[in-house]
Amino acid sequence: MAVVFQKPKSLTDDILTYCPGCTHGIIHRLVAEAIDDLGVQDKTIGVAPVGCAVFAYNFFAVDMMQAAHGRAPAVATGIKRVHPDNVVFTYQGDGDLASIGMAEIMHAAGRGEKITTIFVNNAIYGMTGGQMAPTTLIGQVTTTSPYGRKEELCGKPIRMSELLAQMDGSTYVARVSVHDPKHVLDAKKAIRKAFETQLSGAGFSMVELLSTCPTNWGMTPSESLKWVASDMIPYYPLGVYKDSAKGAA
Amino acid sequence: MAKLLMKGNEAIAEAAIRAGCRYFFGYPITPQNHIPEYMSKRMPQVGGTFLQAESEVSAINMVYGASGAGARVMTSSSGPGISLKQEGISYLVGAQLPCVIVNIMRGGPGLGSIQPSQGDYYQATRGGGHGDYRIPVFAPSSVGEAVTLTQKAFDIADKYRSPVIVLGDGMIGQMMEPVDLPDSTEINSVDKPWAAVGWDGARPRAIINSLYIDPSVLEQHNIMLQEKFAQIESAEIDYGAELVDDADLVIVAYGTVARIARSAIRMARAEGIKAGMIRPVTLWPFPSDPIAKAAETTKAFLTVEMSAGQMIDDVRLAVAGRKPVLFYGRTGGMVPAVRDVLHQIRIAAGAVDPRNPIEEAI
Repeated sequence: MAVVFQKPKSLTDDILTYCPGCTHGIIHRLVAEAIDDLGVQDKTIGVAPVGCAVFAYNFFAVDMMQAAHGRAPAVATGIKRVHPDNVVFTYQGDGDLASIGMAEIMHAAGRGEKITTIFVNNAIYGMTGGQMAPTTLIGQVTTTSPYGRKEELCGKPIRMSELLAQMDGSTYVARVSVHDPKHVLDAKKAIRKAFETQLSGAGFSMVELLSTCPTNWGMTPSESLKWVASDMIPYYPLGVYKDSAKGAA
Repeated sequence: MAKLLMKGNEAIAEAAIRAGCRYFFGYPITPQNHIPEYMSKRMPQVGGTFLQAESEVSAINMVYGASGAGARVMTSSSGPGISLKQEGISYLVGAQLPCVIVNIMRGGPGLGSIQPSQGDYYQATRGGGHGDYRIPVFAPSSVGEAVTLTQKAFDIADKYRSPVIVLGDGMIGQMMEPVDLPDSTEINSVDKPWAAVGWDGARPRAIINSLYIDPSVLEQHNIMLQEKFAQIESAEIDYGAELVDDADLVIVAYGTVARIARSAIRMARAEGIKAGMIRPVTLWPFPSDPIAKAAETTKAFLTVEMSAGQMIDDVRLAVAGRKPVLFYGRTGGMVPAVRDVLHQIRIAAGAVDPRNPIEEAI
């Protein structure tokens, strides 16, 4: 009998620690599929963040390092400078990347560091229990914005793809979503493209994935997927923000 | 080989390169800027990488990445920058990653001054960051010793899979002395099967990590780390003892201050005061045993530091109340003069009244 569907080689057999309805699982699978498809499992080194994906070092079947909060791009820089022929990626959430790790991600992009960042944006701190992130939408209720995020207090959410696309060192920057099958397929293509960009020896590449947090959003998994489409995408438009092979979008 | 006249900071950098260090990540801060400047010139000549990081925080995390990837790697800074690196240093210890961190101390607290100080003794010898750990700390008192200790630091770092701190002061970093530079060692001569280099499936997957979410597992990890620290304490203590056997007064001093104290001791001896010195070369592990042994024969100890009194705690612990432990220190970037130390020796020896002014003749 022909096998038509199976777990990617680049995922381990460990049971994921993510909540029901969270899209980290889908994104892990897409990253692993890209590594498998490009045949680079044996030369990929991943960097796990602080946050819900902290245990990513257990899930990706590649050599892994765990980084301090927000520091994954600096750690990846150290790895890539030692092993320029390896594929190095960071896997980071929005608190990790867009808040405490803002300096590290901006300068990694600025240097044109030949790494790939998988940026999972679910507009909230998940692991710590649902606090406001720099990406939290205006009016969104979190445990540290109990009256809803107010612009006069916290400013507007930060759009990282738009910001990073401005850096000359960025080669490929795209924002995708995984809230329905069509968008999952688009996300898969973007992740593959980001890794191909790194393999080509070009500069920094990042894929931002709009993701869900049913637990901390206080929604069911299906409500969460709908909220991505109805509330997140209007503020975080999908698209390719930088593709140096084609010129800026 | 002929001796070279080199600045301490540059000698440390060249010693690192000759120890096989090919990766340096740093950030500018006085009084250690000659190290990154020298590295930026030399690394490309030897096929290495110098990268100026966007911050001290990033620099130490680049060190984490490069070390986890199996490389000999170094960073350097001074007090305010070392404070910023403490997060990364704690992670390096937790993940058992070897590297060398140079701290050319300046006056503090805060932005302080850019003049020599030893005010980071507590920070260096008590771990410095969060969690429960120690790091070997080497304190050179000459440019030549800075070279040998920098080289040894890489070997100790690899031997124990630990960061090692080379703790100099602004004087050691910036003064010039003749040095013998050793020949270069082979690059990547240390086998690091734990390093993340890409998984071939033939060995266990490399996971560089300091997270152990189950407290019982973390406790086991901590017990293992503490056993390692105990091994370091039993095997790696280094110190110098000068004129201690017949001494009525034993001075304890390290780094630049030890040289000043040496001159003062020579003058005191000429006056008939039997002074000697124990000079810690490793600040952690601290040479407690020779100090404890000296406590059996000497009458008193005098700790001299460029701080308000930090190493004196370790001296007191070693002496354990058996003899008086006196202190003399300057802070803020002020360096004690030989005559000041001699005056303190005379006071300690009961040779002069402490109310008398320091004699100007010296």
